[in-house]
Amino acid sequence: MSLLAVSDLSVAIHGTPVLESVALSVAQGEIVALTGESGSGKSMTSLAIMGLLPRGAVASGQVMLEGVDLLGLSEPQLCGLRGRDVGMIFQEPMTALNPVQTIGDQVAETILIHERTTRAVAMERAAAMLGRVGMPVERFPLSSYPHELSGGQRQRVGLAMAVALRPKLLIADEPTTALDVTTQAQILELLRGLVADFGMGMLLITHDLAVVSQMADRIVVMQKGRVVESGPVRDLLARQAHPYTRMLFAAARHHVDLPPAPVATPLLEVRGAVRDYRGRGGIFRTAKALRAVDNVSFTLERGERLGLVGESGCGKSTLTRAILGLEPLQAGTITLDGAPVLMGNRPNLNVRRKMQVVFQDPYGSFNPQHRVARLITEPFHLLQTPPKGAARQAAIDEALTSVGLRPQDAGKYIHEFSGGQRQRIAIARALIIKPALIVFDEAVSALDVSVRAQVLDLLADLCRHYPLSYLFISHDLSVVRKVTDRVMVMRAGRIVEMGPTGAVFADPQHEYTKALIAAAPVLPELEEERANA
Amino acid sequence: MSRGWRGLILGGSLALIFVLAAILSLVWTPYAVDGVDIANKLLTPNAQHWFGTDHYGRDILSMIMVGARTSIAVAVLAVGIGMLAGIPLGLAAAAWQGGWADEIIMRGNDLVFAFPSLVIAILITAVFGPGAVNAIIAIGIFNIPVFARLTRGAALSLWSRDFILSARVAGKSGLRISVEHILPNLASLMIVQGTIQFSLGILAEAGLSYVGLGAQPPIPSWGKMLADAQTMVAIAPHLALIPGAAIILTVLGLNLMGDGLRDLMDPRLRVQRT
Amino acid sequence: MIAYVLRRLVSLIISLIVASLVIFVVVEIVPGDPAAYMLGMNAQPDTLAALRAELGLDGSKVARYFGWVAGMVQGDFGTSYTYRTPVSGMIADRVWVSLPLALYALILSTLIAFPAGIYAASRRGRAGDMGVMAATQLGVAIPNFWFAMVLVLIFAINLGWFSAGGFPGWDKGLWSGLKALTLPAVALALPQAAILARVMRSSLLDMLGEDFIRTARAKGLSAGQALWRHALRNALIPVLTIIGLQFSFLLAGGIIIEQVFYLPGLGRLVFQSITQRDLIVVESVVMLLVFAVIVVNFAVDLAYAVVDPRLRVRV
Repeated sequence: MSLLAVSDLSVAIHGTPVLESVALSVAQGEIVALTGESGSGKSMTSLAIMGLLPRGAVASGQVMLEGVDLLGLSEPQLCGLRGRDVGMIFQEPMTALNPVQTIGDQVAETILIHERTTRAVAMERAAAMLGRVGMPVERFPLSSYPHELSGGQRQRVGLAMAVALRPKLLIADEPTTALDVTTQAQILELLRGLVADFGMGMLLITHDLAVVSQMADRIVVMQKGRVVESGPVRDLLARQAHPYTRMLFAAARHHVDLPPAPVATPLLEVRGAVRDYRGRGGIFRTAKALRAVDNVSFTLERGERLGLVGESGCGKSTLTRAILGLEPLQAGTITLDGAPVLMGNRPNLNVRRKMQVVFQDPYGSFNPQHRVARLITEPFHLLQTPPKGAARQAAIDEALTSVGLRPQDAGKYIHEFSGGQRQRIAIARALIIKPALIVFDEAVSALDVSVRAQVLDLLADLCRHYPLSYLFISHDLSVVRKVTDRVMVMRAGRIVEMGPTGAVFADPQHEYTKALIAAAPVLPELEEERANA
Repeated sequence: MSRGWRGLILGGSLALIFVLAAILSLVWTPYAVDGVDIANKLLTPNAQHWFGTDHYGRDILSMIMVGARTSIAVAVLAVGIGMLAGIPLGLAAAAWQGGWADEIIMRGNDLVFAFPSLVIAILITAVFGPGAVNAIIAIGIFNIPVFARLTRGAALSLWSRDFILSARVAGKSGLRISVEHILPNLASLMIVQGTIQFSLGILAEAGLSYVGLGAQPPIPSWGKMLADAQTMVAIAPHLALIPGAAIILTVLGLNLMGDGLRDLMDPRLRVQRT
Repeated sequence: MIAYVLRRLVSLIISLIVASLVIFVVVEIVPGDPAAYMLGMNAQPDTLAALRAELGLDGSKVARYFGWVAGMVQGDFGTSYTYRTPVSGMIADRVWVSLPLALYALILSTLIAFPAGIYAASRRGRAGDMGVMAATQLGVAIPNFWFAMVLVLIFAINLGWFSAGGFPGWDKGLWSGLKALTLPAVALALPQAAILARVMRSSLLDMLGEDFIRTARAKGLSAGQALWRHALRNALIPVLTIIGLQFSFLLAGGIIIEQVFYLPGLGRLVFQSITQRDLIVVESVVMLLVFAVIVVNFAVDLAYAVVDPRLRVRV
């Protein structure tokens, strides 16, 4: 008998269907991956299993946990089940813990809710469980508060809370999406170990197909609230019966066709850049300086596509802002075509004119009150004689068509567009004054994998039509690999390795680069799978 | 009809009644309010005097109308002071966050919060004598940190958004960004808060007139009417109940309107409350 | 934690200094010559000189300011111009009416508001919530001094449970003193409780939407348990801010309410002094009021650190 057997699960919220006839099963000791793009209903399925659907939601069908239909249980019965028979961890470790309660109390609470035992005993068991998840009490006392821990550490605490009573089923909803590559690898390893040790079944929800192929025994693919395909991972990778599955994997593996780079002349030169932040001092504490960028030097050639890879906190955002002239340096110079980016404390407008940026968040990048025409012409502020009238209209039309949108879209508001379209508009805004350099700051990180592939294709296309140089910043190695000629790896404010993209990925020199590449889950190539099947 | 519209229409109508009464009082009231008619004193509501008369024989309905004018004028001007001074201060504090301007503005806010409007009114009146202008200034000064703090908080959460970063990359100055991008996005928030401060202003003005620090006689004000009614509350309760009801209904109307506006505020434009 | 407390203490002292400067400037500098102001336009020059000497109004402004502050620290608030008696004596008795009234009202307000707000949040969208919202909507619109009159009408005049005014003094016993302050405290407390209940409700609802509540439910806590054990403590943080602000409103409101109940508090004193142009008394009373508010806000800041451990480590 399966541990978990979901059949014909349908959920409607205020009458609107969000899940239709979802079926999946998880056996003991098995890891089942539930995958799909945003809006596919994966999280909703997990909430339905836990009985934690939002208000106004009505569920029908069957959710059998070891023969008991969870949908038929009362709320007090479900409370008895949650935490004891089914555990769950969530995506955002930074907000998943109660900020005013110690980690010891929070882990012990799971035990105290379900078992009659003293607080002292519960705390001992909590300490043991925290040790098991890699948070030994010698380093992390039970009296620590969540704000004293990093994202990865908080996720471990969340895990300890979820498995404290060795539940039969663990549901992990995007547990590593918000974490760095190296931390992600550690947490996934930990999850696999716990599943093996405790004999649990795990439902792993993730949109990352590489993680799926690395971790899961079976995979369930969802699209728009329905299951479109499911089966053992190897089989499904080889077979890919449903067109949506094919599209997903194709997009994840998508190879971007970059035109060759033209002849090298230096465009952006960074020499010995140092950026310090003063810590928050005060009357009774001296300020500690935090060195965010530590003696960074590199040259970006005209027409080159340079990648910058690093995990969170490595200093890439600070470096980006310094390059854009938004922040001063404590030492070193940054010049574009020989002219410094900042003169004194004032931005050098001649230089700014030649640089533009595309940001990560497609939803926050635009003023919601302005129409597209006004939004994409904001960079005109940098020009000494901005085009007016017909010339302005022509510039708008050209920018929109070059990113695959229509000139009529100029009259709409930004909320009328999807995430992928908004990033296209952001690219149009970056292109409109024909800058020499565009900085892409995690520009595709927030997009679904299929949309991401389209935007990367757009980038390659633009390279064919314009003399385009760009600095592509990302934490996602697989993306950087596809769209750059040369790549730099950054860690703790320093560039630890730099070289042609193919070479760095195939044969990394520095320890950290090796660790990064090793930690990143990789989607196996199709040919390999066919060979093994 | 959505909850927002219901609140807006119900509250707005209630408040509008008093605003219209106030405006009407500029040209006409059923009876003159400066006359004395002892023969008709302390009448309970009847056909000639819909709200009755007070201890001087003055028609209460007329006094309510003119009192509305006083309360509303004071409250509106006080909100105006609060917004005109407070919003730019808040914008400046957010635009130069962490700098000395921010520190000074925040400390200044905290300081003013230690002086409730009554205390400010006491100080001003002690030096300059009582009057409606003092009430406006006292309530207005207290409104300034309210708007400054609200503006600063809302503006800060906008400053961290990427579209502001975009504007900075386009070379726009802090001032320009504050006016072109931040301020319009805060407009709805300010309107809602303005409505609330308006209602609080009505209450504050009533309190100040009650203790004699607001508009001086012979100008009628609701607070003064209540002060006069106090000694006679046992024999003529309508003298206290009617002005009280006027204050409550006006304030209630404004609050319902403010809540309705808040519900209607476009969530796309809504800024996270800090 | 120590660093936090010390920082708050420094902030308190700076606030007191700046507040005293503001008060001093407004009262003693703005009217020009305080003596002339107090005596009126027709005063003779030698009377003016005599008054100035008597009240210590000679000397530079800076020296006068420091003299005033030094005096206050030692408990000497100067001499009343009208009564020629030390102000500290006049204030002492009255403070013991106004301050306890404000504190009594604060306690009542909190005792009413917390359960109401929590109840409303736990019954969100249902009848209980609607009821509390309607009641508080009305409550915030009520002027407290008018409400006081209504209470006197019902409970003192008609039912006779309380006296209609007056204060017997604390030496007649704690109980009789509190009884005399009860109607005034209730009149003050109810409108503020309405505001506080709404803040409590909205703060709690914000917390209930946070991720860590979902984690708590996933552990097996019921909705009610999650509210009490997790949401409430986090919700207290913004509520504490409002309580601090409320104290200043209650103190000011109490001064107004004293007129309804003929309470011998600071209100009567300060309003008479305004009419009599007794700037010394006005100055001292205002300073005292502001001092009380700043100290209470300091206490609230300390309470924050108790409730929110994040504040104990950082600034």
